[in-house]
Amino acid sequence: MRYIISVLLENEAGALSRVAGLFSARGFNIESLTVAATNDSTLSRMTIVSIGDDNIIEQIVKQLNKLIDVVTVTDLTATEHIERELLLVKVDVNQQTQADIDKQIDIFSCKIVDLSEDTYTIELAGKSQKINDFLASLDVSKILEVSRTGVTGVCMKITS
Amino acid sequence: MKLNGAQILINSLKSEGIKHIFGYPGGAVLHIYDALNACNEIKHILVRHEQGAVHAADGYARASGKCGVALVTSGPGLTNAVTGIATAYMDSIPMVIVSGQVSSAVIGNDAFQEVDAVGITRSCVKHNFLVTDINDLANVVKKAFYIATTGRPGPVLIDITKDTTIAETEFIGYPESIDMRSYQPEIKIEANKITKAIALIVQAKKPIIYSGGGSVIGNADKTLSIFTRHTGFPITQTLMGLGAYPASDKQSLGMLGMHGTYEANMAMHDSDCIIAVGARFDDRITGNLDKFCPYAKIIHIDIDPSSVGKNVSVDVSIIGQVNDALSALIQALKDKQLADITQWWAQIETWRGVDSLAYQTKTGVIKPQSVIEALYEVTKGESIVTSDVGQHQMWVAQYYPFDKPRRWINSGGLGTMGFGLPAAMGAKLAAPEMDVACVTGEGSIQMMLQELSTMLQYNTPVKIINLNNGYLGMVRQWQEFFYDKRYSMSYMDALPDFVKLAKSYGHIGIKVEKELDLKPALVEAFKQKNRTVFLDILTDSTENVFPMIPSGAGHHEMLLAGRDNMASINDKGLNLV
Ligand SMILES: Cc1cc2nc3c(=O)[nH]c(=O)nc-3n(C[C@H](O)[C@H](O)[C@H](O)COP(=O)(O)OP(=O)(O)OC[C@H]3O[C@@H](n4cnc5c(N)ncnc54)[C@H](O)[C@@H]3O)c2cc1C
Ligand SMILES: Cc1ncc(C[n+]2csc(CCOP(=O)(O)OP(=O)(O)O)c2C)c(N)n1
Ligand SMILES: [Mg+2]
Repeated sequence: MRYIISVLLENEAGALSRVAGLFSARGFNIESLTVAATNDSTLSRMTIVSIGDDNIIEQIVKQLNKLIDVVTVTDLTATEHIERELLLVKVDVNQQTQADIDKQIDIFSCKIVDLSEDTYTIELAGKSQKINDFLASLDVSKILEVSRTGVTGVCMKITS
Repeated sequence: MKLNGAQILINSLKSEGIKHIFGYPGGAVLHIYDALNACNEIKHILVRHEQGAVHAADGYARASGKCGVALVTSGPGLTNAVTGIATAYMDSIPMVIVSGQVSSAVIGNDAFQEVDAVGITRSCVKHNFLVTDINDLANVVKKAFYIATTGRPGPVLIDITKDTTIAETEFIGYPESIDMRSYQPEIKIEANKITKAIALIVQAKKPIIYSGGGSVIGNADKTLSIFTRHTGFPITQTLMGLGAYPASDKQSLGMLGMHGTYEANMAMHDSDCIIAVGARFDDRITGNLDKFCPYAKIIHIDIDPSSVGKNVSVDVSIIGQVNDALSALIQALKDKQLADITQWWAQIETWRGVDSLAYQTKTGVIKPQSVIEALYEVTKGESIVTSDVGQHQMWVAQYYPFDKPRRWINSGGLGTMGFGLPAAMGAKLAAPEMDVACVTGEGSIQMMLQELSTMLQYNTPVKIINLNNGYLGMVRQWQEFFYDKRYSMSYMDALPDFVKLAKSYGHIGIKVEKELDLKPALVEAFKQKNRTVFLDILTDSTENVFPMIPSGAGHHEMLLAGRDNMASINDKGLNLV
């Protein structure tokens, strides 16, 4: 199963490497990891996507909680939540392919954030699955560069 | 008062009540050593190798229950200390390690004697800090001791840059207390868990208490004894738990696991209700997980939620201090009737009757087991015993029944050869009134021999019992059983003359080659109250540790000594260690 774990941690030097180190040392897998400051400058929010069975996720949550810098750990997938990821993709456009790409951009409600003579840079925010679907709809040979942020998310109910 | 960083550090350590520091100087810690020199309250023990410093601080902590402290320089000082730190981490020992670091201005520049101490130790400490600002220093020290000694204890490293030790600031005093929002070690026992546990306990027809290091670490020996006596349940203890419950008591079944007794392992296997107390279901205990305790409901008491459900899923988890959890159980049991377990005890007595620790004597050779039995006799079971790692370690666990906690000091989780001697030195400093014996092997002792010199300098008399079988015995045993007797690199050739060696370090050395000389030599050694005595005892080089559960087997598939049960191991087992 795919899990999204949200971690609130002290904004201390080395905190990120503790989390990343924990995953590699214990052989847990990381699909994606994002981290940035929150409204409280002493805290960072980290969102981790991992794949594993219930036992592994239970251990991941416990081991994260054990890290001294970690304040709270929430398994977002255990509650109603919203997840988003941002994609920036650069594609090759020419007269033959333009119509098709424009159509996909329209279907997926993407934004073109930069244009040049023969490239588009497209932005799309959404669930990871939507981003996967959009990328799949493009002609692979025309994709020049893909950059994804990884998932971030929040609980729909109020949590501490 | 204006102080420099080094002085603030030493002041902080004084405020923590630290009496002993084990360490070794170097460039990055010269300011700290200068401040230490001006301090009369703290005694510094100059070891001969930084690994020895950390093991000694570890032995000190295990014997006293207090926090051990080690001090090392940057670079090689720190890397030498890592084995010691990992050893303490695996056995949850409270310890603060201070390491020097190059100056902040040159961090990351491959400066002389620079290593990324925080990075290198990250996976073998409970927590670590890099201090680059003198104004953080006292607070960090406070946090380090708080973290190291509370919850599930463990080593904490404070890496301090040289410029921090030199800088000066107005010292406003050491913080009285600390509150960390991200670390809340006080855990209250959940009442509903106690209710659930009691429901299982009162029904149990084949109960067993499986107690571990947590009962020692949590100073819960008294509560554990009350609980065990109150329930009348049999109790088995892990290698790390030995001594929390008196081994000589009739409710004690001895150690369980790979080299545990027949009765302990059979009782675990057949039990319908296991009460795990501060134990972490290590693979030396569970053996093959598919065959582990097939019939039992499991209640697990542990301070660390991540110990619960890690290897074995449990029915009731009680998170909190052993003392609190057992007290709550005892309270809740007051008005409860327990199931009749006479039949269970009868069954256990038949297993006990197998006498799985019996061993065959041979004339003309000294059996290692008999050395430990003699040691027990001569010390009346009242000595602190440290050990190294190998067969000799298991024989102490089996043949020296510990009746009190903090008497048995060994490296269980990491299994670090070289631990025994420096740990004995630390234990002796922590408990100068006690006899301290270090049971070792000719392999292990050569890993930390240099500390013999420290032991002379600081007059820490220890009796070294070298079970010299001329082999890396534990390795040889596995090769005999599982590698068709291909003894690859397990023979210890070119051994030194240990008697002369001990003498050259200023100690007493005695060689024991005959059974008849064993007892008198031991008596003589313990008579020498103020001297370290090295007993080099030539023991049977072919002896193996029994019982043994081969890796991959179940608890009921134990190998016993001198019986017709050729050791066998399946492919799955061979993948294990
Ligand atoms: C050569 C060799 C052979 C070995 N063979 C055996 C063997 O046959 N049998 C055996 O038992 N071991 C054996 N070991 C040791 C083994 O590797 C483990 O170290 C040991 O089994 C772990 O013991 P434990 O489960 O008591 O856990 P420990 O490592 O002592 O851990 C203690 C547990 O208690 C918890 N805890 C700590 N403090 C508290 C508290 N205050 N309150 C509540 N919980 C607390 C911790 O969170 C942890 O889960 C062997 C080691 C070596 C080197
Ligand atoms: C530092 C280290 N290296 C290697 C090992 C693997 N090992 C475990 S027991 C053992 C043999 C120990 O020999 P000795 O000290 O003579 O004890 P004996 O088993 O003969 O009693 C070895 C090599 C270890 N535990 N620690
Ligand atoms: Mg040996």
